[in-house]
Amino acid sequence: MATHALSPAVPAYRGGLYEWLTTTDHKKIGIMYVINSFLFFLIGGVFALLVRTELATPGIQLFTNEHVYNEAFSIHATVMIFLFIIPMLAGLGNFAVPLMIGAPDMAFPRVNALSFWMLPLGGLLLLAGFLTPGGAAAAGWTSYPPLSEKLAQSSPGPGQDLWIAALILIGTSSILGGINFLVTIFKMRAPGMTLFRMPIMVWTMLVTSVLVVMATPVITSALVMLYIDRNLGGSFFLPKEGGQAVLYQNVFWFYSHPAVYVMVLPAMGMISEVLPVFSRKPLFGYKAFIFATAGIGALGFSVWAHHMFTTGAVFLPFFSLMTFLIAVPTGVKMFNWVFTMFRGQLTFSTPLIFAVGFLTMFLIGGINGAFSAAVPIDFALQDTYWVVAHLHYVLFGGSVFGMFAGLYYWFPKMTGRMLDEGLGKIHFVLMFIGFNLTFFPMHMLGIQGMPRRIADYADPSWNGWNLLATIGGFVIAISILPFLWNVFISLRNGKIAGDDPWEGNTLEWATSSPPPPYNFDRLPEIRSERPVFDARHGLVGHGGHGGRDEEEAPMALEEGHRDSQGPTA
Amino acid sequence: MTAEAPAITAGHAAALAAAAGHARRGISNPILGMILFITSEVMFFSGLFAAYFATRANNTPWPPEVFKGILNPLSLILVATIILISSSFTCQWAVWSIRRGDRRGFIRNIGITFVLGIAFLLMQAYDYTLLFGEGMTLGSGPFGTTYFTLTGFHGAHVFGGVLMLGVILYRGMSGQFSARHHDAVEAVSLYWHFVDVVWILLFSILYLL
Repeated sequence: MATHALSPAVPAYRGGLYEWLTTTDHKKIGIMYVINSFLFFLIGGVFALLVRTELATPGIQLFTNEHVYNEAFSIHATVMIFLFIIPMLAGLGNFAVPLMIGAPDMAFPRVNALSFWMLPLGGLLLLAGFLTPGGAAAAGWTSYPPLSEKLAQSSPGPGQDLWIAALILIGTSSILGGINFLVTIFKMRAPGMTLFRMPIMVWTMLVTSVLVVMATPVITSALVMLYIDRNLGGSFFLPKEGGQAVLYQNVFWFYSHPAVYVMVLPAMGMISEVLPVFSRKPLFGYKAFIFATAGIGALGFSVWAHHMFTTGAVFLPFFSLMTFLIAVPTGVKMFNWVFTMFRGQLTFSTPLIFAVGFLTMFLIGGINGAFSAAVPIDFALQDTYWVVAHLHYVLFGGSVFGMFAGLYYWFPKMTGRMLDEGLGKIHFVLMFIGFNLTFFPMHMLGIQGMPRRIADYADPSWNGWNLLATIGGFVIAISILPFLWNVFISLRNGKIAGDDPWEGNTLEWATSSPPPPYNFDRLPEIRSERPVFDARHGLVGHGGHGGRDEEEAPMALEEGHRDSQGPTA
Repeated sequence: MTAEAPAITAGHAAALAAAAGHARRGISNPILGMILFITSEVMFFSGLFAAYFATRANNTPWPPEVFKGILNPLSLILVATIILISSSFTCQWAVWSIRRGDRRGFIRNIGITFVLGIAFLLMQAYDYTLLFGEGMTLGSGPFGTTYFTLTGFHGAHVFGGVLMLGVILYRGMSGQFSARHHDAVEAVSLYWHFVDVVWILLFSILYLL
């Protein structure tokens, strides 16, 4: 293999526990992000199972009372969103982005370590709520006032305050990470790596980071106002004293809608790396994909109030229209992906299967979301299980399947070992069946009017669908076992991956697996968005998408030479 | 196959140089990082300002009868405002000094900025005690809540800025900055100007509008 010669043969992850705890290496931090997020995925999953077990049949069986049920679903959602999906995608980005742009590390390695270590701390703060009188936060992951206010009937205990503190901490971690990604992407690209030669994954991380830096501080402001209301006698959201409860919803969703794209754009980036590699074709419409990503990011700031149609406090036609418009760039991406696979030489390895899982499930999530964008339908479906079905189809069917595609794809690069294909396929099949078994019935429940966030129900026509969803939930849980076993045995005796097991396109496959601490000894020439493909097939100089910046490249190369003669000379 | 031929040597040294931000022209990594951080801070204050305007629009009269005329622009707060605006100028003079390589001028100007920042904080604290004395607190309805939240978070940012000024003052006195090497100074001055601009907006909407 040609690329083998490019790579240094240095064992990467030396050192013991202390080395890992104090590391500033983006690869180790990225791996710690992944492990930490996966642990929280398991914790959040346990809460999901508790919720589904309670709902399997009518009546209150598992929990002592409804309040404990409220805690379970609130913590399930908070953990899954803020401690699993967002940091998992950020962690995979942390591992991949510097490698993909040919950089030695992130721009601010110590800030990177700080961003990571805030996450377990925030997670522990959140879960510490269970040890307090009154229990953990129970006002839902949205924590709307007056539910989340310190009133006798709502959230009097300190659990809600711990929730606020945890989210501010996790948000700060995201903001610092976003700044780090942006500076890394803008300033640390290898010579020749112009913006329009960057891998799609890097582009999606760029747009994601813009969203994080612009939107996350706004939820911080909502959270501090809520904290002031609860603990310092404030009256921002208390109508009785001249405040407005809907104000919180506006400020909250101004972050939390863009956050939806923070949760899905990196997963889109991952499958956009996986699909071309396993279809043996370049991505169809590279630039269109980039502009669609930027379009989603921009439109994402103008649709927040579609979560608030039924409050009667928002201008319905505008927000409905903007929400429908989001379907346009998303549709462009669907074409990009489908036509990348069209007439390609498909290799059905696990990463590709998960990517196809993303495509199909995200399509359903997009379509059932478009229903709710229509105001009259939304009025009927607001706060029903339809919404729960929709959000799981985009966040689980989309983000989680995309994330697993990325995890199977980069595992060889992270560890130097291949994951077992057979176990990977069992994992996918179980997860795909369990996922649809859990969440498809929720469409029916939603149309039949079952409200979300209830511990008990009395309509007998809901029984069957609920039982089915609970069985599906346990199938999802079982699907995690072959994955964990796969990771365990592959780390011990998995097939040695080599530098480039998938015949990849992007720079991370031009170094050893796992890469040395400084990432690259030598880089192939970068003349397109597929430098490793070009080097493998001798196509350097005939790259696709860098035409506009052609004259800049030789200068950048010279610079690279000059720098390399510095201290080593 | 042909990978070896066109490959360029970008060794460990080049990697380190790129990491330190010396490999390229244009804005340096720390300054770009600070600009992005300030962007996030702008969005944070946007959330608070939005809450202020929404609350104000929802409550008439504003200020409520009990607190009529309590926020008088022609008082100690005007002096504090002039002090903070002046400190932005002295901060910028410090930046210009170090760009010329004038270390003494830099230390003098950043020292003055540091003292002015502390003076602003002391005046704000004193002003708070006056308001508390007249019965206006965080808990006295939307008027008090918004006023103390906005000025309180601004004050916390001034405090953070004063800490940063202290650090670069100390580093400047130990001779760590030169005409070529003073990214930290540029970054702190950007932050200090941001804090100043937020105060001008706050003063305008809280005291003048």
